[in-house]
Amino acid sequence: MKRKLALSAVLIAGGFAFSSSAMAETPSAAMLGYTCAGCHGTNGNSNGPATPSLAGASKDYIIEVMEYYASGERASTIMGRIAKGYTKDEIKAMAEFFSKQKFVPAKGQKFDAKLAKKGAKLHDKYCEKCHAEGGTSSEDDAGILAGQWTPYLKYTLADMQAGKSHVPKKMKKKMKKMKEKTGDAGIEQLLNYYASKK
Amino acid sequence: MSNFTRRKFLKVTGAAAAASSALTFSSFAIGGAKKKVVIVGGGIGGATAAKYLKMMDSSIDVTVIEANKDYYTCFMSNEVLGGERSIDSIRFGYTGLAGHGVKVVHDWVTGIDAGKRVVKTKGGKSFSYDRCIVSPGVDFKWETIEGYDAKVAEKIPHAWKAGPQTALLRKQLVAMRNGGTVIIAPPPNPFRCPPGPYERASQIAHYLKKHKPKSKILILDPKDKFSKFGLFTDGWKRHYGYGTDNSMITWINGANGGKITGVDANSWTVSADVEDFKGDVINIIPAQKAGKIAFMAGLTNEKGWCPIDGKTFESTIHKNIHVIGDSAVASPLPKSGYAANSEAKVCAAAIVAMLNGGKAPQPSYVNTCYSVIAPGDGISVAMVYAYKDGKIIKVKGSGGLTPSKFDPEMRAREEQYAHSWFNNITADVFG
Repeated sequence: MKRKLALSAVLIAGGFAFSSSAMAETPSAAMLGYTCAGCHGTNGNSNGPATPSLAGASKDYIIEVMEYYASGERASTIMGRIAKGYTKDEIKAMAEFFSKQKFVPAKGQKFDAKLAKKGAKLHDKYCEKCHAEGGTSSEDDAGILAGQWTPYLKYTLADMQAGKSHVPKKMKKKMKKMKEKTGDAGIEQLLNYYASKK
Repeated sequence: MSNFTRRKFLKVTGAAAAASSALTFSSFAIGGAKKKVVIVGGGIGGATAAKYLKMMDSSIDVTVIEANKDYYTCFMSNEVLGGERSIDSIRFGYTGLAGHGVKVVHDWVTGIDAGKRVVKTKGGKSFSYDRCIVSPGVDFKWETIEGYDAKVAEKIPHAWKAGPQTALLRKQLVAMRNGGTVIIAPPPNPFRCPPGPYERASQIAHYLKKHKPKSKILILDPKDKFSKFGLFTDGWKRHYGYGTDNSMITWINGANGGKITGVDANSWTVSADVEDFKGDVINIIPAQKAGKIAFMAGLTNEKGWCPIDGKTFESTIHKNIHVIGDSAVASPLPKSGYAANSEAKVCAAAIVAMLNGGKAPQPSYVNTCYSVIAPGDGISVAMVYAYKDGKIIKVKGSGGLTPSKFDPEMRAREEQYAHSWFNNITADVFG
């Protein structure tokens, strides 16, 4: 009788432990998302000057970028080290959390109106097809460019041009074309345009 | 309704109130009584916990008791010493918390009755709670350095709690003659902000190089190694001649007599293991222990820190009291601002779930810590942490330091990210 009781107690305890740890494997989307706030702002809206906002980005976009960071296919200072700390499920949950937040354009970014005007034209010509609605849209898993912190955009484009970060095929082509036409001035104009979008 | 019966009631109704896997709960009052959380200490841990409790369940009555009207962040206070940042830029108030519906009371906590679940203050008030969070930061073991105490620190600052102490040290550096010696005496482990003393030496060196180039910095350290050791010493070589006869910075480690044992404030002399050193400016960062209230509430172990459960941050000594931030034994999480911020969220999520009759959710924690060696030269250390088999663990393969090979472009970016980190964490805590 005593043995039987003890055994069933073990079974119950064991079963409980198993189910709770199986359930416990992946923290909730909010639990994961909240840990990023120290660098990316509460709910993924960054206060800058350089760390990008994550709010409103598409789920697949975040997953892809995090995977590139973890594998080293995307250059970074710190994100590669951090991205390696998460399972696929955790990255998925995190991505879901940020995709559901509302993107708030960066506040107080300076820009030159003349350069921004030129940048708008360049955007229409080279970027709008994927980064739709003036770079404000995250549809089709495009990164939000308008109102994003521009130092981050600058670093990202520089790394892509230097071959340090993965670039989608179409973007590679367009970037090459734009560089041939405008040199580095084009990038500066584009950044001014994105900074001008409030 | 007594606490006991109310708790029992919570337990029963909790089953019906589906414990959501999300961290937000719809508010439901039980018997009209609001659930109460009292937070002792409005620093990084306490303020974060207050805000996130409200974000997760706005029906909870959250009170923060904090003595000071303003909080000065310890992080980035070294840039104030280096002259790169104003003291006002590290000062934060509590209007942001009030905006989230948190009650902020400026008073001193004099005791916590864990049995009756009441927090008492110097102002003569009592605050009852269902759950209490204690986030008192660190206190100093003054007795480990002969001749040093809170009074002497008004002349020879520790500047390890930012604010007037930071301003004092800055003032002394500005007043010092060209050719003077600045002594920095870091504490033994464990202490708040492990890379902090060495970032401090870097920032002061940056200031001296620019304004008083004949001056020297002497680091008298009880330790033989420190956080980001390779990155700091490499930075000191590049910026401040470290390792040459003309180095601005000299580091004397524990093995070579760096441990200080006393200070004479009248002659501006520090006694170390082997010899005495005279300084024009002296910064002593004493050995540390949990904040005072943690001792008063009986939350500390024999080593002077607060043992907790890493899933909830509930004290393993007193039920219904949670300890977060520098005072908690949350190793391998370091005693850093980011860790306190991360711990506060895990703690808040656990409290919200438990007050709503559920179980504490699976935690996730991060630490990210930046140091600025000189303008345009930022370095970092990061780590992702998980909870497994009852313990906080480092996630294998994650985290680590800035690569040791110096890359000016990447270091400039790290500085930009360091300042972004500051803007974002302070907005996350106080905004």
